[in-house]
Amino acid sequence: MLYREAGQFKTSYAADQALLPILQDRIGLLVILVVAFVFIPLFGGEFFVGSVMIPFLVFALAAIGLNILTGYAGQLSLGTGAFMGVGAYSCYKLVTYFPDVNVIILILVSGVFSALIGVVFGLPSLRIKGLYLAITTLAAQFFLEWCFIRIEWLYNYNDSGAIEVPQRMLFNVAVTGASASHITRYLVVLAIVALLTLVAANVLRGRIGRSWMMIRDMDIAAELMGIRPLYAKLSAFAFSSYYCGVAGALLVFMWLGSAEVEVFDINHSFLILFMVIIGGMGSLTGCFFGAAFIWILPIIIRTVPAMMGLDIVAATVEHIVNIVIGVLIIFFLIVEPHGLARLWQIAKEKLRTWPFPYSS
Amino acid sequence: MEILTSIVITPFVEMFAYPDFLIQVVWEGFVAGVLYSLIALGFVLIYKASGVFNFAQGIMVVFAALVLVSLYSMGLPAWLAVLLSLGVMGILAIGIERFVLRKLVNQHEAILLMATIGLTLVLKGVGQLLFGGEPKPMITEELGLPTGSTDWIVFDGIVIFQHIDIAATVIALLMVCALAVFFSKTRIGRALRAVADDHQAALSVGISLHQIWAIVWFASGIVALVTGIMWGARSEVSFALEIIALKALAVLILGGFTSIPGAIVGGLIIGIGEKLFEVYWGALLGSGVEAWFAYVLALIFLLFRPQGLFGERIIERV
Repeated sequence: MLYREAGQFKTSYAADQALLPILQDRIGLLVILVVAFVFIPLFGGEFFVGSVMIPFLVFALAAIGLNILTGYAGQLSLGTGAFMGVGAYSCYKLVTYFPDVNVIILILVSGVFSALIGVVFGLPSLRIKGLYLAITTLAAQFFLEWCFIRIEWLYNYNDSGAIEVPQRMLFNVAVTGASASHITRYLVVLAIVALLTLVAANVLRGRIGRSWMMIRDMDIAAELMGIRPLYAKLSAFAFSSYYCGVAGALLVFMWLGSAEVEVFDINHSFLILFMVIIGGMGSLTGCFFGAAFIWILPIIIRTVPAMMGLDIVAATVEHIVNIVIGVLIIFFLIVEPHGLARLWQIAKEKLRTWPFPYSS
Repeated sequence: MEILTSIVITPFVEMFAYPDFLIQVVWEGFVAGVLYSLIALGFVLIYKASGVFNFAQGIMVVFAALVLVSLYSMGLPAWLAVLLSLGVMGILAIGIERFVLRKLVNQHEAILLMATIGLTLVLKGVGQLLFGGEPKPMITEELGLPTGSTDWIVFDGIVIFQHIDIAATVIALLMVCALAVFFSKTRIGRALRAVADDHQAALSVGISLHQIWAIVWFASGIVALVTGIMWGARSEVSFALEIIALKALAVLILGGFTSIPGAIVGGLIIGIGEKLFEVYWGALLGSGVEAWFAYVLALIFLLFRPQGLFGERIIERV
């Protein structure tokens, strides 16, 4: 009754093809943005903003990156963690070489390096596909991980082998480093994620995005219709790696503060993949659902028994989380392969026809 | 020029100067390769019969070995512990078939792969919950496996053969022979091959797919247990093995997804290749090249021969 497009008339093609054609959707997004930009920084505690919201947004961005490649272009990748690492390390080098440049620009630029590496490791996708390709992305994962350890230039030859984020100011406010407040870091991450999500939404519904989906659905048919697989696949790898790279840079610069190579290991690649599967392949909203689910579920499992007075060892919680996520992945693949995003869509559809479900 | 020498000439000079060391390196690589082959064998069995790319094979190895060690530490005799672990793997196989595979029939193979990744998480969580995350020693002597080593004096040097490595090779060989006989001579084996050839044709002559899938998962569970025992005896049983087991994926690319001989030859090539590369060329790049050598070799190999060494099916070129 409330959520219905009846009476909203379009008078131009542009209005008809808007990103959010229904008024209620626009209001809903506006509410979400106001909550995210105003209410959470105002009323959120340090733990909630710093340890829940920032990682959630960063992982959502990485999930968007993987979703572009796997969900939209149909190329399964197990090397997300390494591509995030490329972003983080190149951002670190950029900050070292250009200490006076705005750090946010450097974070956005570092994704370009990740995109280049992504294209290189995307080249095999021109000859092979499916499971074989998934395994070649493992080559990217392990080779890059090795590079992060062995090429000492990447971490400025320091003894610990870790990259430490230096302090950088922007308009006299510390943005990175130890003295940057969680609110500032949250707002920077939120702004970048919101911007990149908007870009992704527009790229995906545009010519490039549709060519990815054509390649995913049936590559031969796509080729016959004039899509060049070379450009479509490599651009998907480039876009995907760009997003992953920016997410990796944000992960280190805005959340962790310092990082060693373990942060970008294969377990993180899987973590992002789980977010995409549970959230929904081929859906941007799903990336946020998936990231929220995978990131916040362990926190809930950790805190709820403690609140009820049960004493559970931290290691046990990790194991239970593993089991729960594993079961959920299988459950979603069986029952709803399109993930939480599809459930959300069904709910919206139900709401649209309520209270007359047969009248649509 | 100097770099070129150290890549093209020096390693070979070293190989010929100390042939005993070369033999030792090749032998170490060979044994590692046998273990990769065993894991890859488990993959191939399942992929042939059901088209499922079983990512969980690595964790099944760890799981089987942990069950065995824990049962023994509960005071059971070793032979009973082995039998009971086989039983556990059987129950696991039936459970996986009943609750996962049966629901996912006819899905795209990437979906099935992801389901087995979910399965990996579940097995990992259950394993750590039940048995704890710390590494455990394998009950090598209690199982009647030999320990100790033999020295072989050759080319003015000594090559050391660990007995457990020899045993692993022999057992692997026996198991491959047993599987070959099982596939070619028994009724169930023929049914398995029929299913591998064509699901629908197999169904139409009265072969139960559910039953065959449970059997084939059980068979790869047995392979997993044997692999777990061998690997555990060489180092110890720990969840770190899972990452090493991923190398079996590279082996599969070399050998082809559906070929048992391919899995074995591929495993040996990767095992020997990565040891040689690490010892003779690794120093040029800084050590630790073992971590990626297998994958990069597989990647290069794919560009020239996508169907693998013995792969029967031509992979669709894009």
